[in-house]
Amino acid sequence: MKIQQISLFLENKPGHLNAICRTLSEAEINIVTLSLADTQQFGIVRLIVEDWQAAKDALEKAGYVVNVREVVAVTVADRPGGMTELLDIIGAAGVNIEYMYAFTSHHGLEAVVIFRFDDPDRAVGALGAAGRNVLDAVALFSKGKGE
Amino acid sequence: MNTIPIIENRIWQPEFECMPKEQLRALQLERLRGVVAHTARLPFYREKYQHLGITPDSIRSLDDIRRLPFTAKADLRDGYPLGFLAVPREQVARFQGTSGTTGKPTWVAYSKGDVENWANLCARFLVAGGLRPEHTVQISFGFGLFTGGFGLHYGIERVGAAIIPLSSGNSERQLMTMQDLRPEILICTPSYALKLMDTLLTGDVDRSSIALEHAHFGGEPWTESMREHIEGGLGIRCWNNYGLAEVQGPGVSGECAYRNGMHIQEDQFIFETVDPDTLEPLPDGEKGELVVTPLCREAFPVVRYRTRDIGVIYADGDCPCGRTSRRMSRIMGRTDDMLIIRGVNVFPSQVETALMRVKSVAPHYMIEVTRPGATDEVTVHIEVQPGIFSDSMREMQAIKADISAAVASITGLHMAINLVEPNTLERFEGKSRRVRDLRDLNG
Repeated sequence: MKIQQISLFLENKPGHLNAICRTLSEAEINIVTLSLADTQQFGIVRLIVEDWQAAKDALEKAGYVVNVREVVAVTVADRPGGMTELLDIIGAAGVNIEYMYAFTSHHGLEAVVIFRFDDPDRAVGALGAAGRNVLDAVALFSKGKGE
Repeated sequence: MNTIPIIENRIWQPEFECMPKEQLRALQLERLRGVVAHTARLPFYREKYQHLGITPDSIRSLDDIRRLPFTAKADLRDGYPLGFLAVPREQVARFQGTSGTTGKPTWVAYSKGDVENWANLCARFLVAGGLRPEHTVQISFGFGLFTGGFGLHYGIERVGAAIIPLSSGNSERQLMTMQDLRPEILICTPSYALKLMDTLLTGDVDRSSIALEHAHFGGEPWTESMREHIEGGLGIRCWNNYGLAEVQGPGVSGECAYRNGMHIQEDQFIFETVDPDTLEPLPDGEKGELVVTPLCREAFPVVRYRTRDIGVIYADGDCPCGRTSRRMSRIMGRTDDMLIIRGVNVFPSQVETALMRVKSVAPHYMIEVTRPGATDEVTVHIEVQPGIFSDSMREMQAIKADISAAVASITGLHMAINLVEPNTLERFEGKSRRVRDLRDLNG
């Protein structure tokens, strides 16, 4: 029940993020969502794409160092309090969040949250036990396309 | 050749410094034979001498020094820790150290006689550069394994002047001491002198509140234009001397009142200039690698030590000061990629060792040295590669901190760590350029 996320190292300079996006564009790879963690000197860009292997190959060919990491995608109700309900479950399970980012699909009443947990198996177990919808790749990418 | 002295011409040991040339060459030859006899007790030299058919008696002229084997830093490292110790351990009076390429220091031992001798050799250049017994001297060099602190301390003591062994660091305390105890002489790095000058130029401190007349610099490379700048700004005389721990420390050569280069203490050291690639001897007047054979060292004798320093031994005749020794230029560069940062020798390979220690990877890196204000700043640019990249910022910061700590522990210096994208550092024959020294050291 986990999704592959790719991440890249990025210097904090004008044009550097676009160079990555252009590489993906030239490989005709659509970015479902991305997040950027930054410091003064450098950043880490994390991407969810449907064909992560093709994206990784294209980026590595362009000289990037690509890290692949399993992350957890969960739906959350797109209304006030939706996030709190989800975080309550995670907090109660005693799992720590390394980072997270969210996106909404085109038509849905739900948003998708991407998590990296310190203990993903435990988090997935707790979310499943609470009846939450942990997405696999197929479900995630249909969400991403707004289907 | 300068024919007018800048200050009064004083000589500490005229019997050696002004020894007639014939007599000096005879003394060198006699001492060189002694060096061969003394070093033959060390396995490193004994084997080589046997192979080359060298005995003390076979050294018939000073030119025969060319038959002796060279000694390199790597040989000292291979003999770690005390492969070159030539006296019984109980006769060692002092250990000093210099940074090695692998994280371990090169230990240098001194007998009681060596320490005594060293004091006189430091006294020679200090007296030539203005030191008098009635002076007070502030030493802003670190007192530790670095030979600068203790070497100059004993030299000053020998002359009979008062010493303030303040050690390095803490600019405010340095300045306060200079104002309160009013030393006439400062022993410091040129970059500290620049910093002091900046303090005075801002107008917060009145020049008349300090009594400085002379500074003796060491610990890092500097240039003639820096000398002009500092002498003009501080209204003092700045003096240059040369030495390296492997052959003693400071006091190997130094300037006189005429400032025609640095007089080599030839009664105690034989200098040669060689082509660093072919190791063929070069005539005086030609730039090359300086090779030094100390003639009086008891505890830690080395033969034809390759300093890796590039310089010239002048061929323009005698200096009017009365000393009969040959003179050498400033150090113009290195034949290896060693950097001298705030008095510490740094080799790129040490940074490589630190990187290997952290993540067992050897990424492309570049050491960049700048001098934004008065002090040298070092940044290590490291290309990110799989072993040092994570999607977690916390892990990335931890990797940076680990690299920084490993670099500090191996080199003894704090260096800023800057991670850069892959394939962005300049490549040189397939390898990244290891060092970019942006300090202006040739002005």
